[in-house]
Amino acid sequence: MTSLFAKFDGTASALGALVQAGGRNPFAVVIEKPLSSTVGIIEGRETLLFGTNNYLGLSQSERAIKAAQDAVAKYGVGTTGSRIANGTQSLHRQLEKRIADYFNRRDAMVFSTGYQANLGMISTLVGKDDYLILDADSHASIYDGSRLSPAQVIRFRHNDADDLYKRLKRLDGTPGAKLVVVEGIYSMTGNVAPVAEMAAIKRETGSYLLVDEAHSFGVMGEKGLGVAEAAGVEADVDFVVGTFSKSLGTVGGYCVSDHPELEFVRLNCRPYMFTASLPPEVIAATMAALEDMQAHPELRTQLMDNAARLHAGFHKIGLNASRQVSPVIAVTLEEMGQAIVMWNRLLELGVYVNLSVPPATPDHRPLLRCSVMATHTAAQIDQAIEIFRQAGLDAGVLSTATA
Amino acid sequence: MSETVESVSALIIQKLLENPKVPRDIDGNCKIMEDLAFDSLAVMNFVMEVEDTLDVSVPLDKLADIRTINDLAACIVALKNKG
Ligand SMILES: Cc1ncc(COP(=O)(O)O)c(C=O)c1O
Repeated sequence: MTSLFAKFDGTASALGALVQAGGRNPFAVVIEKPLSSTVGIIEGRETLLFGTNNYLGLSQSERAIKAAQDAVAKYGVGTTGSRIANGTQSLHRQLEKRIADYFNRRDAMVFSTGYQANLGMISTLVGKDDYLILDADSHASIYDGSRLSPAQVIRFRHNDADDLYKRLKRLDGTPGAKLVVVEGIYSMTGNVAPVAEMAAIKRETGSYLLVDEAHSFGVMGEKGLGVAEAAGVEADVDFVVGTFSKSLGTVGGYCVSDHPELEFVRLNCRPYMFTASLPPEVIAATMAALEDMQAHPELRTQLMDNAARLHAGFHKIGLNASRQVSPVIAVTLEEMGQAIVMWNRLLELGVYVNLSVPPATPDHRPLLRCSVMATHTAAQIDQAIEIFRQAGLDAGVLSTATA
Repeated sequence: MSETVESVSALIIQKLLENPKVPRDIDGNCKIMEDLAFDSLAVMNFVMEVEDTLDVSVPLDKLADIRTINDLAACIVALKNKG
């Protein structure tokens, strides 16, 4: 009999090697107790959190906590139904209105996760004769949406506007609508999309543009609307997709648009229709977090200052960190052995970051992926840099001469 | 231009051999993932290079049916004749 599980042999041996080399499973870290947005207990020790995507620290927002408590007391803990059946309460429509208003758009759809927002929008918008044009380094939720859609899917080179243009030009004369999909800030590397150039191409070629602002909402732009706002090309973005699970600190996804047909997308979008809606306490907490974000623009300044501090510190000690300053800072290592040792040393010395290994990384090299928060103190950042220096030396990534 | 499956296949093999990790004795019947040990990302990235050389776009859904170098060549020729 063929084993159903033979296909996991590769995973089993890769994981076995990872655990043997480092002493622990990097994908099974348990945060035993969060003490604040920036510190949690891991393996019984107080650990600095530098890998939680909690950019504004709002997972611990007092306003959001209070709002969730009130909503639970008033409405109960769940909706037990789909958005198109019994799962839409006033709160859901209220949140959609607030998100749409904040983006200054006609309407918003709220999904149960950001993953489902991409899955749903991408798979529903393009039909059989249409084309989806994706950045090669797109998030898994974008690739999965493309697989669920009947459209023809074409990749262009990461963040390369000329390559996008060339590939769209190749489609000149072919029938079918074209939807270009990019991310604001790329989740693994922190690279920022050249969205102004892409908007110009979209205009010239008559395509549609969807921007996933998962990591850039609350982070970039005057109001925190993301890269399109920062680049002044919001009007060219047909669909903004995002998540509540990063800068807003809760869970859930959304899409905002000025296209009135969004109303019909709701009735054709399987990841929206065939799943239960978000519970009231999450909706209430998300609205409160959004209020916090609006009331405290200084959080964004603080976040960028912190990102710049960590970025400069990494470069100073000689780490191969991202070129651009953004709240996602990736340290690229040359080989897995070093990455495993360094990641484990970081955790032992008191810093949690994400270990990203190929094939989930763009160029087959492992990454230590860090995310910075507005709530990190300068002292915490300096301590993290010092721990990176020590772990880098211990792992042979840095040499005493340079670090 | 009139590319044939043979000429495109030869071009693909030539491109593959630019990568020192690829076995030297490959032919059109080699399976790209199994025989060349390419993972799905490596296949997508390689196809992008071929696309640029031949000025054609191979939609990702078509890649699912492609196993050998000749399959890829046949797919590209079909796409070019259609356009
Ligand atoms: C670019 C991007 N899009 C979408 C998502 C999905 O968001 P969520 O965690 O809300 O499902 C993520 C995060 O995982 C992401 O990095």
